[in-house]
Amino acid sequence: MKDLLNDWGLTAATFLPVVGAVVMMVIPRAEETLHKLVALLTTLAVLAVGVALIASFDFDRTRTLQYVVDRSWIDVINSRYIVGVDGIALPLLALTVLIVPLVVIYSWNHFPEPHNPKAFLILILILETGMVGTFVAQDLILFFVFFEVVLLPMYFMIGVWGGEARQYAAIKFFLYTLFGSALMLVSFLAVYFLSPEVDVGGTMRHTFSMIELSDWAGAGLASTTALFVFGGMFMGFGVKVPIFPFHTWLPDAHTQAPTQGSVILAAVLLKLGTYGFVRIAIPILPEAAERWAPWIGLLAVIGIIYGALGCLAQTDMKRLIAFSSVAHMGYVMLGISTLTTFGINAAIFGMVAHGLITGMLFFVAGSVKDRYHTLEIKRLGGMLLQAPRLGWVLAFSCMASLGLPGLAGFWGEFPAILSAYNPAAGLNPAVYRTYMVVAAIGTILAAGYLLWLLQRVAFGTPREEFVGDDHDHGHGHDQAHALGQGDRTGSHALGHARIHDMHLTDYLAWAPMLLLIVALGVYPNLIFRVTDGAVVNSLTALGR
Amino acid sequence: MSFPATASAVLAVGDAVPFRSPALDWHALAPEAVLVATAVVVLLVDLFTAERNKWLASTLSGLGLLGALVPVITLAVDGNTRSLFGGAYVVDDFALVMKALFLVAGYVTILLSTDYIGEGDYWEGEYYLLVVSSVLGMTLMASARDLITIFVALELLSIPAYLLAGWRKRELTGNEAGMKYYLMGVFASAVMLYGMSLVYGGTGTTVLAGIGRQVAGSFGATPVAALGIVFVLVGFGFKVSAVPFHNWAPDTYEGAPTPITAFLSVASKAAGFVAILQLIFVAFYGRDEVYGPMMWVLAALTMTVGNLIALRQTNVVRLFAYSSVAQAGFILAPLAVAGDSPAVADDAIRAVVSYLLIYTAMNLGAFAVILAVSRKTRSGELDSWGGLFEYAPGLTVLMTAFLFALAGIPPLGGWFAKFQVFKAVLGAGGASAYILAVVVAVNSVIALYYYANLARLMWFQSVPDGDRSPVRVPAAINLALALCVAFTVATGFFPGLVGHFGDAATDLVAVALRR
Repeated sequence: MKDLLNDWGLTAATFLPVVGAVVMMVIPRAEETLHKLVALLTTLAVLAVGVALIASFDFDRTRTLQYVVDRSWIDVINSRYIVGVDGIALPLLALTVLIVPLVVIYSWNHFPEPHNPKAFLILILILETGMVGTFVAQDLILFFVFFEVVLLPMYFMIGVWGGEARQYAAIKFFLYTLFGSALMLVSFLAVYFLSPEVDVGGTMRHTFSMIELSDWAGAGLASTTALFVFGGMFMGFGVKVPIFPFHTWLPDAHTQAPTQGSVILAAVLLKLGTYGFVRIAIPILPEAAERWAPWIGLLAVIGIIYGALGCLAQTDMKRLIAFSSVAHMGYVMLGISTLTTFGINAAIFGMVAHGLITGMLFFVAGSVKDRYHTLEIKRLGGMLLQAPRLGWVLAFSCMASLGLPGLAGFWGEFPAILSAYNPAAGLNPAVYRTYMVVAAIGTILAAGYLLWLLQRVAFGTPREEFVGDDHDHGHGHDQAHALGQGDRTGSHALGHARIHDMHLTDYLAWAPMLLLIVALGVYPNLIFRVTDGAVVNSLTALGR
Repeated sequence: MSFPATASAVLAVGDAVPFRSPALDWHALAPEAVLVATAVVVLLVDLFTAERNKWLASTLSGLGLLGALVPVITLAVDGNTRSLFGGAYVVDDFALVMKALFLVAGYVTILLSTDYIGEGDYWEGEYYLLVVSSVLGMTLMASARDLITIFVALELLSIPAYLLAGWRKRELTGNEAGMKYYLMGVFASAVMLYGMSLVYGGTGTTVLAGIGRQVAGSFGATPVAALGIVFVLVGFGFKVSAVPFHNWAPDTYEGAPTPITAFLSVASKAAGFVAILQLIFVAFYGRDEVYGPMMWVLAALTMTVGNLIALRQTNVVRLFAYSSVAQAGFILAPLAVAGDSPAVADDAIRAVVSYLLIYTAMNLGAFAVILAVSRKTRSGELDSWGGLFEYAPGLTVLMTAFLFALAGIPPLGGWFAKFQVFKAVLGAGGASAYILAVVVAVNSVIALYYYANLARLMWFQSVPDGDRSPVRVPAAINLALALCVAFTVATGFFPGLVGHFGDAATDLVAVALRR
């Protein structure tokens, strides 16, 4: 069993979704329940593999790659199929395999127009392969391929199932990301050629192996060249994060994407970029990273403030959450830019926390859209009266997002700010302390916009237009009855029967996320003890 | 100067020795022999069959092309490099890979043509005869290592193509297509012949290997050599529709029958590249300061101009015309750095050959979908593609795969083609190589816009005229689609397949550097 997991665990987690997608392709489109079942079972199987991987992960050796498989793939360029996870990848892998089945459960009765569960679920499964593959790949070309695999499904998800301006948002998302990744590929190739040849089966050849390249760590590379090469990677990862000023695709993509798309985008896709910095850019080119770091830090704090101010100016709930993502990813990037183990640990925690919390916020926003058919903040109000459970979930998520101690958001944000007090030895502490102050101001703004959002959406009395008016026509309403759910007694008493509360699928999909937000908030060591060793390892080249 | 004297000396010797038939290696010539036989059989059968049996021509020529693959495979298994006619005709791995490419591309063209030509009011027997002849020219080109042989092969593949381009003779656009292609082609031939005459005059030989020795030596330093190289390469610049020699392409592509457009944009273009590869790597390799910058400029211009104009197209065939112009730019890019070192030369040839193989599959596939869809919509306008997903989901998924493969998005085959180009260019190093790589990167993004735009129409728009009746796809086109998509997807996941062929093709370089 252990051997099987060692040899096939990661490969299974990566490619099971594709198998599920292929099975679904041959099932006729009309068999919707069957499609949902196949998709759910596939993602649950991946989750099971993920749990097995975590269970038998050796937590005493988080700094070494585990479950490593190394096979020949493209021999011409000596690119190999190398997969493996260490303490940095494991939390993100776990996040991915958890989020996707939850999204499928949430989708059960919530397929956005034009419906078509077959195509929608196939796209989600392909996305899962791309995301899992990116986190486990240990070869630059393999990484690149998985990194790009996520583009197409997301493009179609936004473009077909999205909102009004979906076509614009979809192509914008695609072009931005592709532009970044084209330059990233150039950088990968530059690294390939500039690094010394290694011994492969008796002959000396260039390599794409991240392990070998991290050992090399840019030794002997002219510093100007290294700066440019790092710049290419910065573009590729930075657009994905997104770092200010490359963030403009994000509000559009988030706002226009269907709920499921937004959740996956926020929870996992944005992390591909930050993960790339931690896994690839910094370990391979530490000296260039050191020279880029102050500028990355600057862009990060600009992103924090800009994102927060952007939030305050939004009238659309989903767009507001999208801008809050820009701000939160700013904290993650600030943590990374300190180049200290403390900062990068905080960043990884921030990635997971942001994934859970912002994913949750997008789920709630989607449910609001389902019920009210609008996300205009000024038209909403009194949700606590009409749908109290949904309202409290929103309140909880907002609190978590603004960094309330005791919830996961705090441990992503606070250590990141703190780490800027004492950046790595080569960096100017004065600059970073300024960043720290600015980032701290950002948290106040965050509290401002999130509480303001909560106040306007959940508090007060419901608008006239949503009282007693059947805004929830169709399946959702009947579903609540069929499942014996829909706690509507409270709202009955108030005569607001038409906006119903959470469905069974909502409970199932959200409970794990809410629990994790609390669990990580109370006991952050769940993640820190996993990441710490690996982060120390990836910074060894910096001599610290 | 001594070279006119050398030239006349060679002629004098030629006059003195009585003609003796050279020893023929029939195995090496078998693919061409099969094609010649096929052409003759198709012509005869067409003469003696009744109108209702004209489909025989299509079937026979398809079988003939596949039959010619058999000796190509036996030659590949045999593995020896065979050199005939004093080095003028060489059958090496490079030649075999390209011959296989031409034969398969020709076969797919026949598959695409079967219903198009059968249902239209066209002559059938002659059509297939010309396609087979053109493919014959291409297979000759793959082995031609002599200026005269190259020229003969070029004319043999081009003249049938001129006729085929004008096949829709009752339509003005068809006439324009044939005429424009012919005039431009002849003009290019003239320029090239002039260049060849300069090269021959200076070196006294037409065999590429011999020219290579002289170009690397004292003759190479003369301005005449540079002029000759430039003129010869410009001639093939027309063939591969490199900017600024691309003007014929859009009109010809639009006016020609669609299967022929596919054929021109793939096989004929590949033949041009084959000639360029042979010329650069065997004959002109020593003068990389001449062809290097020239290829750099051609590549950068070709991809940028092709892409930018493609952005503005509203007709799907014209869109693919400009897209294929731009793709030619990507294929030219590695040649700009090929002279850097033997290792880079190897990489460049790998890149070009892999790119040609993958490009053939994805572009032919895209044209197969275009043909299938236009059977229903009867329109080439982009708008007519709206909502295709609603009534032809299978074709939409296939077209999407081909489009994003052309754009170079993993895990579809095209990414490896682009990747090889990047690798070759960056492998050379130096500022100009890096700039070229960035130009390629930026162009990949521009190209994505129009490919994604077509995908957008198919998936996101609604059907313009509300007609949701399904598209009926003939069996022949289905077969073509299956071949193309299988290759496109398989190479995406296992690029080693193509990488192996690219590797084999490097023996062309080895010959050049062995001297």
